Amino acid sequence: METAILKSPFKSEEYFVNMGPQHPATHGVLRLLLTIDGEVIKKVEPDLGYIHRSIEKMCERDSYQQIIHLTDRLDYLSAHINNEAVCLAVENALELEVPERVKVIRTILDELTRIASHCLWWGVMGMDVGALTTYFYGFRDRELINDIFEETCGARLTMNYNVPGGLRHDIHPNFVKRVKDFVAHFKTKLPEYDRLLTGNIIFQKRTKGVGVLSKEDAIAYGASGPVGRGSGYSCDVRIHHPYSALHKVNFNEALQTAGDAFARYQVRIQEMWESLSIIEQLIDDIPEGAIQVATDAVIKLPKGEFYQKVETARGELGVFIISTGTKNPYRLKLRSPGLSNLSLLNHITVGSKIGDLVAAMATLDLVIPDIDR
Amino acid sequence: MNIPLNISGPLHNWLFAILPPAAAGIFEMVIMALVYLAIFAVAGLFLVLLERKVAAWFQLRLGPNRVGYFGLMQTMADALKLVSKELTGTEKADKFLYNLAPYFVIITALMALAVIPFSSGFQAFDINIGVFFIIALSSIGVIGILLAGWSSNNKFAMIGAMRSGVQTISYELSVGLSLLTMILLTGTPQLSGIVEVQKNGWLIVQGHIPALIAFMIYMIAGTAETNRAPFDLVEAESELGAGFHTEYSGMKFAYFFLAEFINMFIIAAVAVTVFFGAWLSPFGITESIPWLGVFWFLAKTLAIVFLMMWFRWTFPRLRVDQLLKLEWKYLLPLNLMNIVLMALIVWLNLTIQF
Amino acid sequence: MTNEALQYVISDWFPEPEAVKLQFTQEGTQFLTVSIEADNLHELMWLLKHNKETCFDYLFCLTGVDWGKELGVVYHLESTVHRHIVVVKVNTTDRDTPCFDTVSDIWPTAEFHEREVYDFFGIQFHNHPNLKKLFLPEEWEGFPLRKDYADDVNMIVK
Repeated sequence: METAILKSPFKSEEYFVNMGPQHPATHGVLRLLLTIDGEVIKKVEPDLGYIHRSIEKMCERDSYQQIIHLTDRLDYLSAHINNEAVCLAVENALELEVPERVKVIRTILDELTRIASHCLWWGVMGMDVGALTTYFYGFRDRELINDIFEETCGARLTMNYNVPGGLRHDIHPNFVKRVKDFVAHFKTKLPEYDRLLTGNIIFQKRTKGVGVLSKEDAIAYGASGPVGRGSGYSCDVRIHHPYSALHKVNFNEALQTAGDAFARYQVRIQEMWESLSIIEQLIDDIPEGAIQVATDAVIKLPKGEFYQKVETARGELGVFIISTGTKNPYRLKLRSPGLSNLSLLNHITVGSKIGDLVAAMATLDLVIPDIDR
Repeated sequence: MNIPLNISGPLHNWLFAILPPAAAGIFEMVIMALVYLAIFAVAGLFLVLLERKVAAWFQLRLGPNRVGYFGLMQTMADALKLVSKELTGTEKADKFLYNLAPYFVIITALMALAVIPFSSGFQAFDINIGVFFIIALSSIGVIGILLAGWSSNNKFAMIGAMRSGVQTISYELSVGLSLLTMILLTGTPQLSGIVEVQKNGWLIVQGHIPALIAFMIYMIAGTAETNRAPFDLVEAESELGAGFHTEYSGMKFAYFFLAEFINMFIIAAVAVTVFFGAWLSPFGITESIPWLGVFWFLAKTLAIVFLMMWFRWTFPRLRVDQLLKLEWKYLLPLNLMNIVLMALIVWLNLTIQF
Repeated sequence: MTNEALQYVISDWFPEPEAVKLQFTQEGTQFLTVSIEADNLHELMWLLKHNKETCFDYLFCLTGVDWGKELGVVYHLESTVHRHIVVVKVNTTDRDTPCFDTVSDIWPTAEFHEREVYDFFGIQFHNHPNLKKLFLPEEWEGFPLRKDYADDVNMIVK
């Protein structure tokens, strides 16, 4: 040991830095314990649980209608899709066939949610690499979607619009017009996003070759959503296990092969275009009909195990219900995309700089309540 | 006590007529200091407001518009709030250095202001090594930042300070060399002399290609010197929280904040002095009205300040290794070649003179 | 691969299904469910991942369950090549020191999910690289997601 010190006149020591739980780049109360040597990261260890509410335990106490309200609070940016996951699981268990109208409306709202979530991510992504202006551009467009949701669902963030068997109430008369207006508006704004950030040389330098995740690792670490697709791993639940009205639409899975932060960025931008296309295919002919099939006031699932996966804006959300035939689930597990995506953070950032960590983490698009369920 | 204070000849003469020379000199300096402090404070407050307005404009917002007409009193209100705030700090901070650091930063910024030629005669300290004086002062400022980061006993502040050191040492070279390029043209580092030379055309025109290159390098390096985006690694809020001033509050924080804006103003003012004819009007249109010099000087400076704000609100931030790569691999060699080119142009008399 | 074919392939690996308590069921679930003795869990998992025919390379859900008398873990596996899904269950009656082999060497994603199960069910995992509490504070007592967990202050029981 002594000889080693003698050989190198400048002895360097590793030290620990607490990133979070109150840190701008962790987007919530995530704490990362960094081991760094100068600017170079040696190890990233996430410390979780600052906002854990034990939703899974609460679910065991609640009826299925009540559970839906809790899922809003998982990944609050994909609230509508989370609600849908539980509803689909319950409907499948009860073998309920929901009307076509419900399916189409659910899918349109899913894609609007996805665009809203990606808008917010895009703004925050820019902010994380130091371009503050993107934040406001992203929020400008997200507000329009929130307005649509407010008009139809009555809430802007935690919608609770889905109920087992259908929708809570019918869409607002303005819905179709406003969605069409938004699609037309957003088609002019997406190229603006590219002009402001995508083409910027500093941005490309900051993200290309940063946080590289190979396809094999993406699968092994259970990456899903844009994180997996950025590595060329076809993992879109909407393609492999279509639900609601997704079998009626044509869309491409946004795939990139580079596996770096820039690839994940491009996947999300591409996904916004795809979502617009899905909405356009469905918005013109929403079938007439009922918006609900009647269920019992107290829903009792048959005995058994039921799994439903959906594609949220962050990746694969799974709802695993073990039912013993009572009005409460015996065990309800929520497989959140965030925890798996977080687990690969150490893998992709070791050896890079602090700035790279922030850029790589921004493209993982973590929402902490989704991880701390 | 023979410092030329050209701002107001009559005041000088009057003071020396009624007071003994020593007292008159001191009295005059106190008046000058107060005048410049006032300029400093007003400029700082105005620039903060301007930045917020420009940012709002870029970001589809309105910006401050409640306090006073058009939000003009907003920064005044903020300053009052900062003055009244508690000065917090870390328990185990090196108290002496911790308290000293903001003054390093603010005093160097204030000193650099003294040599700026706002108009003909409106210059507190026309030293014959003006340009070098500014370069030297700007490197003292970084000591303040280093001290702040080191003494606050905070790891994020420490990383920020180290980044600042590395960044300023590197970009100092480019600022110095790009100004040196222009001194080849003027033959004097004295700022009033540089202005004099530009009566035959602004230096950016006189020196054409190398001057343009020098200006670009100067702007890049100058932005880096002031630690502003896209070179704001020192306070990179998404990485380090607030960087070196994480642990400062109240007026001590305000000193750092003000100094950043004054430094930006100084960088712009030096750019205007060296490249764009200082207070000279374009094509000599207001040659007959000398006091309009202040107007032209401020107009040009604010245009460049606006350019720097434009950088800040549109560009992402570089990474620390990219920052150093840009300087040592691209800007520095380019700069050295540019000096040779400029020397050739001056030697062969290829400058454009009106 | 169909569920029947999967069942055939898997039962081929264990010549004595009774000895390892290998059981298949499709009752009350949409996937083929395999349950196995805890000691043979790692072997089965390794084969499921590395066998060319099954190739379950994607562990998408890892759930701890308190079955009342027993504690168990449910693994949901999917193959990204063949797109078939299988569910593996493993149980133990030992409620004081429940322990299974880790699968985090087969699927790195299991590392965090196993830590979560360790937090909430107190199930230990053999050979886990970093088995410490993920969500709960170190000093937390009890295992909140077990059915017999009681907390008079924070839990509202209906």
